[in-house]
Amino acid sequence: MTKTKEFVAESVQNMRPSGIRKFFDLAANMEGVVSLGVGEPDFVTSWSVREAAILSLEKGYTSYTANAGLLELRNEIADYMENRFHVKYDPKEEIIVTVGASQAIDIAMRAIINPGDEIIVVEPCFVSYVPLVELAGGKAVTIETKPEHDFKLQPDQLKQAITPKTKALLICSPNNPTGTQLTKEDLQGICDIVIEHDLLVIADEIYAELAYDIQHTSIASIEGMQERTILINGFSKGFAMTGWRLGFCCAPKEISHACLKIHQYAMMCASTPAQYAALEALQSGMDDVVQMTKDYRRRRNYIVSSLNEIGLDCHIPGGAFYAFPSIKSTGLSSEEFAEKLLMEQKVAVVPGNVFGKGGEGHIRCSYASSMEQLQEAIKRIKNFIEK
Amino acid sequence: MKLTDREIEILEILEKDALLSSDSIAKMIGLNKDETEEIIKKLQDEKIIVHYTTLIDWAKVDNYQGVTAMIDVKVTPKRGVGFREVAERIYRFQEVSSVYLMSGAYDLSVTVEGKSMNEIAQFVSEKLSTLDSVVSTTTHFQLKKYKHDGSVYDSDQNDNRIVVSP
Ligand SMILES: Cc1ncc(COP(=O)(O)O)c(C=O)c1O
Repeated sequence: MTKTKEFVAESVQNMRPSGIRKFFDLAANMEGVVSLGVGEPDFVTSWSVREAAILSLEKGYTSYTANAGLLELRNEIADYMENRFHVKYDPKEEIIVTVGASQAIDIAMRAIINPGDEIIVVEPCFVSYVPLVELAGGKAVTIETKPEHDFKLQPDQLKQAITPKTKALLICSPNNPTGTQLTKEDLQGICDIVIEHDLLVIADEIYAELAYDIQHTSIASIEGMQERTILINGFSKGFAMTGWRLGFCCAPKEISHACLKIHQYAMMCASTPAQYAALEALQSGMDDVVQMTKDYRRRRNYIVSSLNEIGLDCHIPGGAFYAFPSIKSTGLSSEEFAEKLLMEQKVAVVPGNVFGKGGEGHIRCSYASSMEQLQEAIKRIKNFIEK
Repeated sequence: MKLTDREIEILEILEKDALLSSDSIAKMIGLNKDETEEIIKKLQDEKIIVHYTTLIDWAKVDNYQGVTAMIDVKVTPKRGVGFREVAERIYRFQEVSSVYLMSGAYDLSVTVEGKSMNEIAQFVSEKLSTLDSVVSTTTHFQLKKYKHDGSVYDSDQNDNRIVVSP
């Protein structure tokens, strides 16, 4: 008998399954679940954007685009990045349109990692970082950020994690799952060390638009950083376009050319209708982004204040759409908490441990939901805790 | 009257959902409950918050009879009081649910509600067009409401997201 499993590469066999998957399976078949477990906007993509995609289909724009994406779109992205985040990239040489930020992270890893290279990953973090580092043949060296530092990477921690094999730092601000936003000063402290040790930074800034108290600072805008940064962004979160699968990466010419080599063989180009939609999003969608951000901000204030009120300590996240309260006061592990909460009160949250070190003892509550849903969820969580 | 950012924010929140408790609103904007209630009271006293109401899709209620018409009204404004006096004369009728002064081909846009087309026709011919300053009227009956005050009737837009995602 053929042992089918042996056909699977060891690296993949050893990859741990996503902890999120387990909760999805549990919650997917239940009725009446209020979900705070969703990592995407509850808003539907603006009609003008959807309409632009329809128009592109009507006009018959159904062929491949340039590997790096429509030049028109790259030009808009370059303007957007300059106006919004004060970083200037050459649309012809330094910007690649990708299939979501996810693919941008993947090609960035594959473009820079030699076997055994160490990539420092700041946890708790988005679930795909470590697997993607490992798939590219690298070693993920994780740093655990702490609630007492608002989950901000401390320069000393970074210093200690650096070895002669360290190639790059992978960092995400505003962060999923903690919502932590790094200020210019925070970034400066990190960049000093990065520059001193001549490292590269992969910056996942997919939540850049969703910053509620102070404007997002792109790490590439800090002096001496652009030449050593692969900047990742996209349309999924800020523009409420997750299902379109459209992101981009910006990097110095040499690195960008390397990423493009992989992209052209592995993907050819991002979806054409989605690229036309993104073009419209940049040309006319900013007002909608502002409106959505306003809504998220109010919901954030509501949920953080409510969680604290019912006894789940929660720092105020500066961005993204996640609150990351501590559940240590309940004496449960985060998986126990999430599972019981789902079974007893039908509220779905994501246990913090799936996001790596430092996540245990916390749950991720997404506030990309209507106020009605949030109020109901808080009511149920309160019942759960008081029992 | 010039309002603070907070006050405007409360108005924006209430305009979308008047049922939110003052406690929730307070949390949304980072005030306490008492402060929030005080602001809401002030906005009501100033008649900036005019009224709270419920949007109902009466078309779904089989045993409810109702017809709405929008009437373009041309009038001759009076010296000294302009359009206000005639607008007042019109909005006092309880059949009239809204009156707007418009730019363009006519002057007042009047929305009238009645039990039947007949009833509205009667109102227009007997009450509205007989007013001194009214020069002419054009009546349009509404056949179906799709969207009103920003809300879509019978929206089939569901939350299609998967319940748990990264
Ligand atoms: C931090 C972070 N990076 C990247 C992604 C993936 O984004 P995309 O949908 O553009 O692939 C997500 C989505 O959850 C995320 O939270």
